[in-house]
Amino acid sequence: MVQRRIASVSAMGVAKPSFSPLAVRGPTWDGRFTVLILFLPPALLLFTLFVVLPIGEAAWYSAFNWNGFGRPTNWIGLDNYRFVLETRAFWLALRNNGLIIAVSLAIQLPLALTLALMLAERFRGAVALRMLFFMPYILAEIATGLIFSFVYDGDYGLVASIWRAFSAEPPHLLASTDTAMLAVLIVVVWKYFGFHMMLFIAALQGLDKSLIEAARIDGATRTQTLRHVVIPLLYPTVRLSVFFAIIGSLQLFDLVMPLTRGGPADSSNTMVSFLYNNGISRMRVGYGSAIGVILFAICVTFAFTYKRWFMRDE
Amino acid sequence: MSSAGASRAFDPAALFKALFLGLIAVFVLVPLLATLLGGFKSLGELRVNPFGLPGRWEWQNYADILFSARYWQLLRNSLIIATLAVTLTLITASMAAFTFAHVKFYGSSMLLSYLTLGLLFPAATAVLPLFIKVRDLGLLDTYFGVALPQVAFSLAMSVLLLRRFFKDIPYELLEAALVDGCSYIKFFRYVTLPLSRPILATVGTITFVNSWNAYLLPLVMLNTDALYPWPLGIMVYQGEYSSEWHLILAFITLTILPTIILFLLAQKHIVAGLTAGAVKG
Repeated sequence: MVQRRIASVSAMGVAKPSFSPLAVRGPTWDGRFTVLILFLPPALLLFTLFVVLPIGEAAWYSAFNWNGFGRPTNWIGLDNYRFVLETRAFWLALRNNGLIIAVSLAIQLPLALTLALMLAERFRGAVALRMLFFMPYILAEIATGLIFSFVYDGDYGLVASIWRAFSAEPPHLLASTDTAMLAVLIVVVWKYFGFHMMLFIAALQGLDKSLIEAARIDGATRTQTLRHVVIPLLYPTVRLSVFFAIIGSLQLFDLVMPLTRGGPADSSNTMVSFLYNNGISRMRVGYGSAIGVILFAICVTFAFTYKRWFMRDE
Repeated sequence: MSSAGASRAFDPAALFKALFLGLIAVFVLVPLLATLLGGFKSLGELRVNPFGLPGRWEWQNYADILFSARYWQLLRNSLIIATLAVTLTLITASMAAFTFAHVKFYGSSMLLSYLTLGLLFPAATAVLPLFIKVRDLGLLDTYFGVALPQVAFSLAMSVLLLRRFFKDIPYELLEAALVDGCSYIKFFRYVTLPLSRPILATVGTITFVNSWNAYLLPLVMLNTDALYPWPLGIMVYQGEYSSEWHLILAFITLTILPTIILFLLAQKHIVAGLTAGAVKG
């Protein structure tokens, strides 16, 4: 106690600064204590209250058949999970999330990488194009969804007018179970490729130029340099981009609502829109919580596995 | 490095590149331009000419919305919620980040990993219990009922970004200040925060854009039309005017306009902020 007070006095500058190990270790416990009790609690409290507790409660509520009013009393054990797994729409939603990931990997990622390689060089208009391609990413998903529900509209939309130009009967893309998900996938690419492109551009600008110079001096052609030097150097960013694509697909919701609301016949639901349509909008708290817990388990398992397998070095 | 300048006319690679970039630019621009221009057309013209310039410019579509109380109310609500979210995030996250960066205490790294758990899953997973919680706190149908969960979910990323920046402020500076009788809190207020303007701007911009665009949380937490932020309001508007696309397009244009203006003004912070998670990993 006394010692602590002496230390604090010396920290106040009354005593001459000393270079004892204590002073080197720095500030005193008293000062730290004030900061700890003032600075940490707001963030920790908010985070615990609105992020951690709800996840725990989701696990608890998922064991009840409960409409949200009063207190949950109707304990049904794991039945909600069984109901979820028996719902066809759940598996459709899972498949759709898989499709989004597949498109992200097969189309969006190569597109983003190609554009990044083109636009990382300096030429007139490069910066403007970068900004243009990034713009869809900052637009609200709701606005993007509405814009594309116009683009796809069978009567007034852009697609319809192209069809009519060839005097064909315009399709109602969003109203058919065969095409609704495809239409959503195109919007996903439109909205997110710019973000991944920016990731790659940022990585390219951070590359060690001397490695590329060295390869060129050693007689490597442009293509060879690209294949054997630049792209391997980008692997960490590729892994990161894939990580974001997968996490992003698992939380995709806002975009789907204005386009299809997950329909027709659940053909374009994602996990979250399935959760919304079947749990939230009908206030089936137990059932919805079970979906939430499943989604949580998928996200966390994925994040840890991915980090362990692919991002060990970072 | 590139020799494109010297032999531009005869370089097939450069030609291919220009075509490819042009194609993607069209892919991005056409839906946006069609939306902007569609708002200037009559419904009849939209049906026969969705791509081109309007034959007659219908300024009335835009004017009606701009002079309606509804439009401004939506923007006001969004602005209030986003401002609350940004202010509270910056205050709570910077205080926590400062503690994690400069104050050594038992359990520090454990608490930090606890906070970063928030990066692993989307808010949607727990939105039903979150709704019950907000209801039990009496915050349902209030701005805070939307803003507080938004702050909580933005904390993980914000604390990480801020802490990394704060850590670069030399520890010796803090030590010297403490020896001279400055308190941690004064150091935070008069040294850390002023030195950290760029990162505060970046974190603020990410939080703002996320809150401004958010749909799910306000959808669940708000019941009163008068409190709706614009993404909810525009969905209601679309429901009412179901197939009067010219009005809906004008409305969309006017609601995304603030985002685009903000983007042009603060590109640097937005790009840095939204790709910042990348560097962190």
